[in-house]
Amino acid sequence: MPDQLLFAMEVMLNGLMAGVLYALVALGFVLIFKASGIFNYAQGVMALFAALTLVGLQEGQVPFAHLINAIFGTDIHHFGWHLPALVAIILTIGVMVVLAIIVEKFVLKHLVNQEPIILFMATIGLAYFLEGFGDVMWGSEIKMLDVGLPQGASFWVEENTAWLGGEGFYGFFIDKLDMVAAVVAALLVISLTIFSQYSKQGRALRAVADDHQAALSVGISLRFIWVLVWSIAGFVALVAGIMWGAKSGVQFSLSLIALKALPVLMLGGFTSIPGAIVGGLIIGVGEKLFEFTIGPMVGGATENWFAYVLALLFLVFRPQGLFGEKIIERV
Amino acid sequence: MFYREAGDFKTSYGSDSQTFPIKFDRMRYYVVLVVAFGVVPFIINDYWANAVFVPFLIYAIAAIGLNILTGYCGQLSLGTGGFMAVGAYACYKLMTAFPEVSIVIHVLLAGGVTAGVGVLFGLPSLRIKGFYLAVATLAAQFFLVWLFNKVPWFYNNSASGQISAPERTVFGVEVTGANTDAWAKYMICLVFLVVLAWVARNLTRGTVGRSWMAIRDMDIAAEIIGVNPLKAKLTAFAVSSFFVGVAGALFFSVYLGAVEVGEAFGINKSFLVLFMIILGGLGSIFGSLAGAAFLVLLPVLLKNVLVGGLGWPTDLAAHLELMIVGALIIVFLIAEPHGMAQLWRIAKEKLRLWPFPH
Repeated sequence: MPDQLLFAMEVMLNGLMAGVLYALVALGFVLIFKASGIFNYAQGVMALFAALTLVGLQEGQVPFAHLINAIFGTDIHHFGWHLPALVAIILTIGVMVVLAIIVEKFVLKHLVNQEPIILFMATIGLAYFLEGFGDVMWGSEIKMLDVGLPQGASFWVEENTAWLGGEGFYGFFIDKLDMVAAVVAALLVISLTIFSQYSKQGRALRAVADDHQAALSVGISLRFIWVLVWSIAGFVALVAGIMWGAKSGVQFSLSLIALKALPVLMLGGFTSIPGAIVGGLIIGVGEKLFEFTIGPMVGGATENWFAYVLALLFLVFRPQGLFGEKIIERV
Repeated sequence: MFYREAGDFKTSYGSDSQTFPIKFDRMRYYVVLVVAFGVVPFIINDYWANAVFVPFLIYAIAAIGLNILTGYCGQLSLGTGGFMAVGAYACYKLMTAFPEVSIVIHVLLAGGVTAGVGVLFGLPSLRIKGFYLAVATLAAQFFLVWLFNKVPWFYNNSASGQISAPERTVFGVEVTGANTDAWAKYMICLVFLVVLAWVARNLTRGTVGRSWMAIRDMDIAAEIIGVNPLKAKLTAFAVSSFFVGVAGALFFSVYLGAVEVGEAFGINKSFLVLFMIILGGLGSIFGSLAGAAFLVLLPVLLKNVLVGGLGWPTDLAAHLELMIVGALIIVFLIAEPHGMAQLWRIAKEKLRLWPFPH
């Protein structure tokens, strides 16, 4: 095979892997949107907050150390212990559940029956708050996240694909972490699908998604469902935070993956879990291939906007996205 | 007591439909104008101009612009930063290409260019609505910032990739460049704000404004009663972008002087202006001003109290500011979704009856 084609294939494979990570974030959006009609802009910051909490717990950081030091003039930083990754993850899940309860109690409960756009803006406020809160609680310096995931290029893939090309070709370069992420994303989607199809809570969740009032009238507690769904979204945010954090360190830019997930949602439709996956893959492959082929001609860094423009053009022809429910409007 | 309407009779349609029908309101408005034009320029110094007044005036213009689109026409936009960048770069190109023409004309033309770009990115609003549109306007934000970063023509091939404003004068007084006096910066922004606020106020209560509000309240119903959605939405995008473009041009030429696009006009700017109109009040010109004033003053105040007063580190103060702004947004949306403008209206109602509420 010609090398150029092989390179394009490698770019495509890497795009697929990046797409999986986008899909992971988009999944959190879809879950909340389906269950409560809220477009949760704070999902990206939740991923950042989860990752910060995980690192903080694992390293035994003192929460609010910065603030305490500023007020009392002390100099404390660490408790001096190291938690095993698994314990830290379980504790972080607990924190995310508490966060879900707090969000429900102090924000959502008071905004029932408001217009969706008001709720959307409230989540932007929540995003700002959480971002500041996470920084005050755990400090804003870049942290390394290590929960024992494999990293670096996979030699197995390289060796087994080297025969495809000629002299100068050493096989495909694929990060092990990306492969892990793909497997985790697949598991997550399967388990979420099983949960929402077969468990009692899952059915209640789908009922709420269909019609809030009808669900209330058959005795489903809306508030419990909201806490549940925000907890699940928190869990998905934690997974996304671990994957992205292990890839590029835990820092502010982690919260910007929310902005990457938005076009994925538009493409796939806000209400569809498969849509989030397919949309993520299309965007991942599309932006990498575009950067590879057209990027050098226009100065590069097209990844910033390509996904948005693609989604925008796509929406003009299909306003509800690929898998979204058809939008019916009545006066 | 304060807002007595008794005896304030109107004898013509003209006086009945004026902007401030109550005499007290009208006088207060004139007093504010007299103070703004006659007192502040003489006592202003560099710190107050750069930290408070000039950013307030410029953000107020941008907030009025976004309020026209979001508050009056109901089209949520997250592309304000990108459109401000269009205004700034259009102004820069015009300033360097035609040095003999007055800067006032350049700023207005920059607004016009931005209006054109705004209409272009507003076209999808005819097909898509709500969140989808909000996300679509992010396309404008990212694409425009990238464009101004990557195409050397826009920054005249300067080595740093920055654009910096050459020195220009209005009536012989320098308004851009390093040697500008504080009062000159203040005055040019103030004149723009007063004129544009007056235009916005009168547009929004006329035919165009009513068609915007009809579209905002329910676009299908509006279409059925004969409002042309194409015209209403695109005029809203055009007028809004014009305001935002003028704000961007002033922000670059008068306020900052030199601009790097990603830093000055990033996504955070879009959110900042959006927060201003949420806190101030959607669909209110006064609200735009109040929101802009609040969010310009808050960081200055927090910095003075936390860093200057308590001696805390600046990064901690910045994080606390994020928390406070976020919490305020949520509190306002819960307690008063119509923002400070509504609080003001309630206060006026109370003042009308005070001190005898019955």
